[in-house]
Amino acid sequence: MLRYVGQRLLQGAFVLWAAYTVSFFILYLLPGDAVSIMASGDEQNAVDPALVAKLRSEYGLDRPLYEQYFIALGRALQLDFGISIKNGVAATRSVAEVLPETIKLAAAGFALAVLLGSALATAATFSRNPWVRQALGSLPPLGIAVPTFWIGLLLLQLFSFRLRLFPAIGNDGAASIVLPALTLAIPTAAVIAQLLSRSLRQTLGEPYIEQVRAKGASEALINFGHALRNAAIPTLTMLGILVGNLLAGAVVSETVFSRAGIGRLTVTAVNSRDIPVVQTLVVLAAVIFVVTSLVVDLIYPLVDPRINIGKTAKA
Amino acid sequence: MNARNTTTEPGTAGPDLAGPDLAGPARGRRISRTAAAGTLLGTVALLIASCGGTSDAGSQPGAGTGPVRGGNLNFAISVDRGCIDPQQVGNNDAIAVARQTVASLTSQDPKTGEIVPWLAEKFEANKDATSFTFTLRSGATFADGTAIDAQSVKTNFEAIKALGAKATLGSTYLSDVSGITVKDPKTVVVDFAKPNAQFLQATSTFTLGLLSPASAKLSDADRCAGKFEGSGPFTVKSYTVDKEAVLERREGYAWPAATNSNKGEVYLDTVTFKIIPEAGNRTGSLQSGQIDATAAISAADIKLFDGNGFWKETRANPGVVYNLYSNESTPKLKETAVRQAISKAINREEITKTLLTEADQPAKGVLSHTTPFFKDFSELLKFDPDGAKKLLDDAGWKPGADGIRAKNGQRLSFSVTYWQSPKEVLELVQQQLKAVGIDLQLKFTTIADVTAAQANKDYDFSYGNLTRSDPDVLRTVFGANTARGGSNLRPALPVDTTLGEQAAALDKNARQRLVDQAQEALIKDAHSIPLYELSTTISASEKVHDLKFEASSRLDFYDAWLSK
Repeated sequence: MLRYVGQRLLQGAFVLWAAYTVSFFILYLLPGDAVSIMASGDEQNAVDPALVAKLRSEYGLDRPLYEQYFIALGRALQLDFGISIKNGVAATRSVAEVLPETIKLAAAGFALAVLLGSALATAATFSRNPWVRQALGSLPPLGIAVPTFWIGLLLLQLFSFRLRLFPAIGNDGAASIVLPALTLAIPTAAVIAQLLSRSLRQTLGEPYIEQVRAKGASEALINFGHALRNAAIPTLTMLGILVGNLLAGAVVSETVFSRAGIGRLTVTAVNSRDIPVVQTLVVLAAVIFVVTSLVVDLIYPLVDPRINIGKTAKA
Repeated sequence: MNARNTTTEPGTAGPDLAGPDLAGPARGRRISRTAAAGTLLGTVALLIASCGGTSDAGSQPGAGTGPVRGGNLNFAISVDRGCIDPQQVGNNDAIAVARQTVASLTSQDPKTGEIVPWLAEKFEANKDATSFTFTLRSGATFADGTAIDAQSVKTNFEAIKALGAKATLGSTYLSDVSGITVKDPKTVVVDFAKPNAQFLQATSTFTLGLLSPASAKLSDADRCAGKFEGSGPFTVKSYTVDKEAVLERREGYAWPAATNSNKGEVYLDTVTFKIIPEAGNRTGSLQSGQIDATAAISAADIKLFDGNGFWKETRANPGVVYNLYSNESTPKLKETAVRQAISKAINREEITKTLLTEADQPAKGVLSHTTPFFKDFSELLKFDPDGAKKLLDDAGWKPGADGIRAKNGQRLSFSVTYWQSPKEVLELVQQQLKAVGIDLQLKFTTIADVTAAQANKDYDFSYGNLTRSDPDVLRTVFGANTARGGSNLRPALPVDTTLGEQAAALDKNARQRLVDQAQEALIKDAHSIPLYELSTTISASEKVHDLKFEASSRLDFYDAWLSK
C-alpha cells in the first residue's frame, strides 16, 4: 500500500514537471509578449520601443529560451513562480488571493451537481411511468449540449434581472454564490446523471439483483441498497474528469457573474501573456488532477471490496 | 498653450475651436436643461452647464434640488488589468478609477481646449517651448498630509521617467525632459531637450497627476494595488482585483480645477467601480438597479437607456480617430494611388449609421471633432467609388476574373489584424472595398496577437485610435521622426517637418496653421485612412447627476451626486 502511494506520488511529480514544461513552451510559441501588451494600453501604441526593450530585458525575456526555462524551473522547485508582469505581484500570491473564492464556488457547484445528477438518474431509472422515464432520460444530453455561458445568462435574466432574487455580480454573501454554482452544476450534473443512469440500468440487469429480489428484498432496498452502490463505481472513475469540468466551468461562470476567482485570473493572464501567473495556474490544476485521481483510487476499495489496489499496482 | 497668454483667465475660448460642431447642438440642449433647473438654483445650474463639456447628446436630468451630499455610486467597468496606479495604467477602465485619485498641475477646459489652473495657479512657457515654469497654489496636500510643493513635482516626474515603458502614457509625455529644477518651494521648472508644445496639455492628464513623494518609493506592485497616497478628491479605500475598486471622499479637499463647479469636498461618500466583464450583465445590472451608471454599454443596447428612468451622454474621444494605418514599407501600399483609392472607396457615413449609435460620428479628419485645433476635412473624405476605380485603373490595377484587381500578377489584396469591437466595422469596410475591386482579409483576434503582429511589423494594415486632447497626437501616431517611427513605417517626408514645427509652436494661430497643414497632407496622400470617431457614452440612472467628461473624455466624478 505504502509502496503504491509512493509510486503514484512519483508519477504525480512527473505529471507536474510535464505540465510545467509543456505550458512554458506553448506560452512562448504564442505570439505576443507580456511587456509589449502592457505597454500598448488599449489604443495605438505610443511607447518608445527602446523603453519596451529595456523592460523586457529587466524581466529576462531577452535571454535564450533554454536559459529562461531552467531559471524559471529552478525557482519553481522552490515554489517561486516569479512575479506577474502586468502588476509586479508574486504570481503565487495573485493565485492564492482568489483561490478560496473558486474553491467555494466549485464545492457548491459540485455538491449541487451530485445532488441533481443522482436524483435525476435514480428518478429516470426507477420511475415506473415510461413517459416520465423518457422525459427525464433526455435531460442529461440536453444539459451537456447547452453551452454553460447561455445557461448563466438565462439564470441571470430570470432570477436576477427579472425576479431580483439574487445579485448579478460579485462575491459578497451566500446569495451571490447561488446562481454561479447552479450554472456550474448543470453541465456536471448532466454528466453524472448520464453515467449513473447507464450503469444503474446495467446493474439492475445483473443476476444478483434477481437473487436479492427472490430473497424478498423490497424494491427500495434493491434500488438504493444494492444497485446504486454498485453503479456508483464507474461514476467515481470519472471524478477526475468532473473536477476538470468544474475548473473549466468556473472560467465561464466567474466571467458571466463577475466573480473574482482563478477562472477569471486565467483568462486575463492568458490574454496578457502573463507567463508566471499562467504557469502557477497550470501547476495548480495539475496538482488538483493528481490528488483527485489518487484519492479516487484510494477510496475504490471502500466502495467495492473486490478491488485491491496492491494488485492493481503490480498488474 | 500660448506662451504669452499665461493662464490666469480660464475659459478664454480659442476662436479656432468655437466651430459649429463643437458648440452647436450641445449648447442647445444645455440651455433647456438649465431652464428646467429652476430659478432657485439658477447659479448652480449655470455653472454646471458651462462646465459640462462638448457632449453630443447631453440629456442629464435637470437638478430638482441642489447637489446632495452622501451615498455610494456603483459604476461598472469591463476590464481589470490588475493595476490602478495613475502613473502606470493606460487602458480606459483603469483610467476611470485612477483619474479621481489625483490632482494635476493644470486642467483642460473640455469646451475650449484651453489649459487652466489646477494645482499650479500660474504656468508659463519660454518662447521656444523648451522650458515650462509652474507656480503652485498654497494649501494643497497629499492624502498622507504632506504638502504639494515644487520638490514633490520633481519627485513625481522623475519617478514616472524611472517607470520607463510601465508608464504607458507618461513616458511619452516626458521623453525629452532634460532637467527639472526646484526654484523655490512653490516654483518648479521643467526643461526639455527639444521644443515640446504638448507638455502643458500633458500636465492636465491623469497620468502626470501627483502622488505623495512617499508613494514614489513604493514598489510598482504596491502602487498598482492602490496603496499610493494621491492628491485628488477621492482616495482608494479598497481594491480587489477582478472584483471592485472602492474610492472614498478625501476629507478637506479644497483645490479643485478651474473647470469644476464643485469647490470643496466631493458629494459622494464612495464610488464603487464594479468589474463586470460580460456585456449582457452590465446592461441587465443597470436596468435592474444593481449598478447606477457605466460607460460600457454595447452599441446595440444603448437605446434602452434613452429615458425610462435613465439618461445617456456621449462624447467623442479627442485625438486620432479610428484609422487604417498602411504599412508603407510594403510595395503595394507604398503606391499613393492605391492608398487614396482605399480612402475614397470607404463610405464613412454608412459605418456610423448602420453599426454604431446615432451619437457616433464619421471621421471628419485625422483628429476627432473634440480635439483642440480640430478642422473639418470632410470634403477630402467623401465617399467616391468611381474616383477610386479611376485611380486604380490609371495606376494599372485591372479587375481580374474574381473581380479583385491585379497588376503584374499581383492581386490587390491586403490583410488587417485587429481586436477592436465592434468587429463589424471592418467587415463593412471589407464589403465597401470589394465593390471597387480591393480584397481586404480580416483577422479578428486578441490584443496579444495584434501587439505581436505590430512588433514584428508583420501587417499590411494596423487599426486603432489614440485618445489625447492635443494635436501633437498626430506626431505620436504618424511621425516618422519619433522613437517609434510612426504607424506607416515609411521614411520621413515633408509632413514630418510640419509635425515637428507644430510641436514647437506656442502661438495659437501659428500652431493651427501647422496642424491643418499636417492633417491635410496626411489625408491627401492617404497616410491616414480615417474611419470614425471613438466615443464614450455614459449611461446612468436618473438619480445620478453631474457625472461628467473631462477634456480627454475621461470620466470626472468630482461634481457627481446622487438624489435620494
